[in-house]
Amino acid sequence: MPMLKSLQAENTRPSNKIITSYKSVNRWAIKVFSRNLVVFKKNWATTILFNIVEPLLYLAALGAGLGIIVADIEGMSYIQFIAPGIVAMSAMWSAAAECSYDSFVRMHFQKIYHAIVATPVSLEEVVVGELLYGTFKSLLSGTVIMAVIAALGLVLSPWALLVPIVLILNGLVFSQIAMIWTGLVPKIDSFAYFFTLVVTPIFLFSGVFFPLDVMPELVRQLAWLLPLYHVVVLTRSLTIGLVSFELIYHALWLVVFILIIFPFPQALMRRRLIK
Amino acid sequence: MPFAVEAQNLKKFYNGFQAVAGVNFRINRGECFGILGPNGAGKTTLVEMIYCFLPVSEGRLTVLGDNVVEEPRSIKKRLGVVPQENNLDLELTVRENLLVYASYYDISKPVARERADQLLHFFGLSSKANQEVDRISGGMKRRLTIARGLIHTPEILILDEPTTGLDPQSRRMIWEHLRQLKKRGLTLVLTTHYMDEAGQLCDNLIIMNRGEILEEGSPSDLIRRQVGEKVIEAEVNPSKREHLLDNLSALTCETQVSGDTVYIFIPEDETAVVDLLKNNRELDTYRVRPSTLEDVFLKLTGRGLDYADAEEFAGREYQAL
Repeated sequence: MPMLKSLQAENTRPSNKIITSYKSVNRWAIKVFSRNLVVFKKNWATTILFNIVEPLLYLAALGAGLGIIVADIEGMSYIQFIAPGIVAMSAMWSAAAECSYDSFVRMHFQKIYHAIVATPVSLEEVVVGELLYGTFKSLLSGTVIMAVIAALGLVLSPWALLVPIVLILNGLVFSQIAMIWTGLVPKIDSFAYFFTLVVTPIFLFSGVFFPLDVMPELVRQLAWLLPLYHVVVLTRSLTIGLVSFELIYHALWLVVFILIIFPFPQALMRRRLIK
Repeated sequence: MPFAVEAQNLKKFYNGFQAVAGVNFRINRGECFGILGPNGAGKTTLVEMIYCFLPVSEGRLTVLGDNVVEEPRSIKKRLGVVPQENNLDLELTVRENLLVYASYYDISKPVARERADQLLHFFGLSSKANQEVDRISGGMKRRLTIARGLIHTPEILILDEPTTGLDPQSRRMIWEHLRQLKKRGLTLVLTTHYMDEAGQLCDNLIIMNRGEILEEGSPSDLIRRQVGEKVIEAEVNPSKREHLLDNLSALTCETQVSGDTVYIFIPEDETAVVDLLKNNRELDTYRVRPSTLEDVFLKLTGRGLDYADAEEFAGREYQAL
């Protein structure tokens, strides 16, 4: 059956896999996202509460507490400086947690991916649905914190209305990074390494708590490689209304990053689940 | 009209291990088709290829006339799947499980609601509709998984070991439901390692072992062809077994030894064999009984269906000591 063999070979060719991967952003993926929304509607209040408690504690302890002894940064009070960074950071944590622990539970313990793949939905589309949900969670928690800091008088410019777009990019980036780990880790405990070795360093060295100018040149250059750094620059600039053309490059950096790593979560999940 | 399923020289390899070794079979529409075999025979691998979960390594597999390599999405729209492990959505209620699943098939919400209620009624789950899935019994979960597989009124329902781990009453209930579904014209494909299940439900079946098909046909044909109408089980001390077997082979009986038991497959008339056994003092006990599919399997493979399980079980008992 030479015809069949050539077809199979075509389906497994790397270039076709990559095209399939981008094509899986479609209405089937939205169905998977909607399934997660059905669950979200049951416990949205606790979900939101959990998402905002920690960032608010940071804001209180560091902004109000540490802020008393820290000098103004770039003409801003310390709480004003860190507030937009905390928006970015909490949005990152939401996406990263959703697409690591929560996705792993759905995939590994509840076998939900297996159940959905038996329907017309493909595994690639399941992964995209999960990424969209992680992005949604990220947008949600970032927006809630944004509302809180606005109420505290820490949002200075109407440019801040563009922050949700930044949060969506942020959500996509960290949903993808977390989903890559979900495709790789042998057991759920292994996510501890992900948070200790990947998420925590990113969150400490992306300019949330201190301006990177104070760090050695090498650290500054390395920070440019961290996606959260660009998110923090964008969020802070828009919040305080310090808008320049340069911000486009930061946004582009995030878009390119998202597009480049896009096929990886799907490929790893396929390798993991389908032998 | 094309066959429900047709496999030609179908093979599956996992990292060099051959799980399915070039099988050929056809499943007619409207029949209940059984795939029998012990654990590790390749049954699950086979059905996972049919419902387009696992890629085919070699050969050709068509479902309702479409090739699984080319048309997985349109095939999956016409198939219902009840996997071996219940993978119900634990974060949803009984009814929501059906409704959310319906959405994956593009079923509109009003139609989905109507079908969900019909299915819950058919499977006796109406009173549990708003319960969390985790809080219903194992038998109910199984029935809900079958209901979920029917939400889009598929043409074929694939069931991977539908009654494994259930109590006898729940098993009978599921058999009854499956019989009714078959009467309505649904094609059923089921894997099982229970011979009574296959005998009760299947019109046709294949017996698999180590990735190969050993035999195929209807249950009664297989029994007649392979082992005859009756079987004698004789308990005999191993030290005296050879003598008995010699005598039996003189009567042109086929035999199979498993532990202390000698299974004697009688071609037509049992009187000669019974006379021989009656006059045999070395024999502890013997009994004549109608043959079953289990005897067919024993004869074909030289071991019982539960052999793999039994070995595992013995291991566990030993550990318990």
